[in-house]
Amino acid sequence: MRSLPLAAAGLLALTLTACTAGTTAPPALGARPTTTSTEPAALPAATLELWHGFSTDVETKAFEDAIAGFTTKFPQIKVVAKKGIQDAQITQAIRGGQAPDVAASFTTDNVAQWCKSGAFQDLTPVIAQDGIDLNVLPAAARSYTEFEGRRCTMPLLADAYGLYYNKALMKGEPPPKTLSELTELTKKLTVRDAEGNIEVAGFIPSFQYYENSPSHLGPMVGAKWYNDDGTSAIGSDPAWKQLLQWQKELVDWYGYDKLEKFRKGLGDEWGAEHPFFEGKVAMVLDGEWRNAMIAADPEAKDLDYGTAPLPVADDKPDLYGSGFTAGTVIGVPKGAKHPQQAWELVKYLTTDTQSLVTLSNALRNVPTTKAAMDHPDLAKDERFATFLDIFAHPKTSTLPANVNSVFNQDAFSTFLIEWEKGAVKDLDAGLAGVDKRIDDKMKLSGG
Amino acid sequence: MAFTRREGARALLWLSPWLVGIAVFFVYPLASTVYFSFHRYDLFTLEFIGLDNWRYAFSDPRLLQSGLNTLWLVVFMVPAQVLFALGVAQLLTKIKSGSGVLRTLFYLPSLVPTVAGTVAFVYLLNPATGPVNQVLAWIGITGPDWFGSAAWAKPSLTLLALWGAGNTVMIFLAALLDVPRHLYEAAAIDGAGAWRQFRNITLPVISPVLMFSAVTGVIYAVQYFTQAMIASRVASGATDSAGSTFTPGYPDGALLTLPQHLFHTGFRDWSMGLACVYAIMLFAVSMVFTLVLLRQFNRAEATS
Repeated sequence: MRSLPLAAAGLLALTLTACTAGTTAPPALGARPTTTSTEPAALPAATLELWHGFSTDVETKAFEDAIAGFTTKFPQIKVVAKKGIQDAQITQAIRGGQAPDVAASFTTDNVAQWCKSGAFQDLTPVIAQDGIDLNVLPAAARSYTEFEGRRCTMPLLADAYGLYYNKALMKGEPPPKTLSELTELTKKLTVRDAEGNIEVAGFIPSFQYYENSPSHLGPMVGAKWYNDDGTSAIGSDPAWKQLLQWQKELVDWYGYDKLEKFRKGLGDEWGAEHPFFEGKVAMVLDGEWRNAMIAADPEAKDLDYGTAPLPVADDKPDLYGSGFTAGTVIGVPKGAKHPQQAWELVKYLTTDTQSLVTLSNALRNVPTTKAAMDHPDLAKDERFATFLDIFAHPKTSTLPANVNSVFNQDAFSTFLIEWEKGAVKDLDAGLAGVDKRIDDKMKLSGG
Repeated sequence: MAFTRREGARALLWLSPWLVGIAVFFVYPLASTVYFSFHRYDLFTLEFIGLDNWRYAFSDPRLLQSGLNTLWLVVFMVPAQVLFALGVAQLLTKIKSGSGVLRTLFYLPSLVPTVAGTVAFVYLLNPATGPVNQVLAWIGITGPDWFGSAAWAKPSLTLLALWGAGNTVMIFLAALLDVPRHLYEAAAIDGAGAWRQFRNITLPVISPVLMFSAVTGVIYAVQYFTQAMIASRVASGATDSAGSTFTPGYPDGALLTLPQHLFHTGFRDWSMGLACVYAIMLFAVSMVFTLVLLRQFNRAEATS
């Protein structure tokens, strides 16, 4: 008799799970023929809900202006935008059957999971239906928006990463093109006080420094994250070892403790006391959006700086000009009430040249299509154009979509922190350990 | 018999709201946690995988690391907090004038939101720019990298916990003031010193309160999440920019507690089944600690 309550509880648990799992399916994309997009009036009226991650007034206004372009074209469709949304909220809403019609995310980390689980609808059929040629997007941008043949998101705007250098601190030197030039220049430009404390750093090699994540630095040596079968390539790709050994040598030149003390005393990455603004570091790896932040800062706006592609491995000069890219993704979640109209909005925001140009000009992010990049209205001063070129470079890479994307980066970063402080005795064994963690988790995730 | 049975039925009727509550909010979630622990569950798709989650959990180095961190908090932070609160409360009872002001001062930190308090601590203890290390430097001491070194991170959090122990101080103060004065007077006449009085009068009288604090302290420590997570994030200087990933538990995983690991496993890594395994372990650990403590106190009470 004692087991009766437990059995009853179990039964209750089962029925409740079944209830949450089996909600009625709303119309899915491509399930029925869509009206041709050339006739906007043919699309039935609807009110769309759109969730996005922009939060500052400037960003929100720019994005809503882009949406207004759509509603002028489709006057029968209203769009209600909700700002400041994070991925967890999107996932939660989809689970609860309260999904918005369109959702955008700042990170590409969850794309694989969303595509795999069907949380975002596969856009492949409607893309084919509407005859959209995805080759207008660079390969990297195509790669971070799909997973295993399911294209469940489209790139909205992209970020590209390059090198910023403070001209006043460069002592007349041009930006470095190779890792050994970067090392040499770092040693030359670094200023220390009498006790050996760093006052101005040439370049901060720490993996823990703001944008110096392995994903951003990997393209300097052309390093690969995954093998074709989805297993980790970190231990087997000699490029990572090359990067790590170069990095450690520079860390040791500073002295890990001195470098850490310096790094911890630096101002906030998003604030006015950014070390690059304050002239505490001569060269930094950063995204194209830093241009806009410098321009918007009352003190830093007069900074005399230049931008260039990241320096690359000495033995791989063909990589020069490439870099890392990722960006905002947008798609139609499962359970969207008006998927047809939602797709129309996604299509407009991600492929309409004029809209992309306007949005890029307002947000100073990289537009994703070739037509938008070549458009005469696109504001491209020299410093910004560097990033357009990086984005369009054929060797530019991204972090490929993976269901354990964050876990894998975390596993690698954890090891890198050990590495840079000198706690790793055997680099090969350490990297093999990272591979094992990633592959074991992959097995558990059913990949 | 008939009377008691009707009585029993009536009692059940009165208890029914509570029974429903515990079924819906405790038994059902617990049963589902066990159920999900045998599944691959990414919040959207459910697939039975037998013991795979359990097997993975036992070979997960992060589980051991986070478990040991949580254990450290139970073993060091909880007793430190109880002793500190007891000491402060004892002092407050001795103070004749201005005790109202002091009581308020000791309680004030408890009113500071957890996140704000933690952020403030990390700033004050910043090795390069924080005032604490600057003051230490004046007197010739090189302060540690409080939240940045694996050895100091948990002690730093313990400092934070002591600072915010106002609630416990107040509970102890109330208990101490409740000890009948005449017992002390009688003991003093018998020639008992301060320590003797404390040992033989104060402790036995306030032991139920001590037990309450210890048990709630342990449960709280096992679930310790917010402060550790915030301290890690702020001290590491991590930024949430796209393409960079925060490595939880900075420095060197010293602040990765079991609930944080559970949270990341479930909500960051989409491995809800594995997170359920951790949740069951967490629940079991809390139960064991609570039962052991209750038993110890019961025994102590029986002997005194």
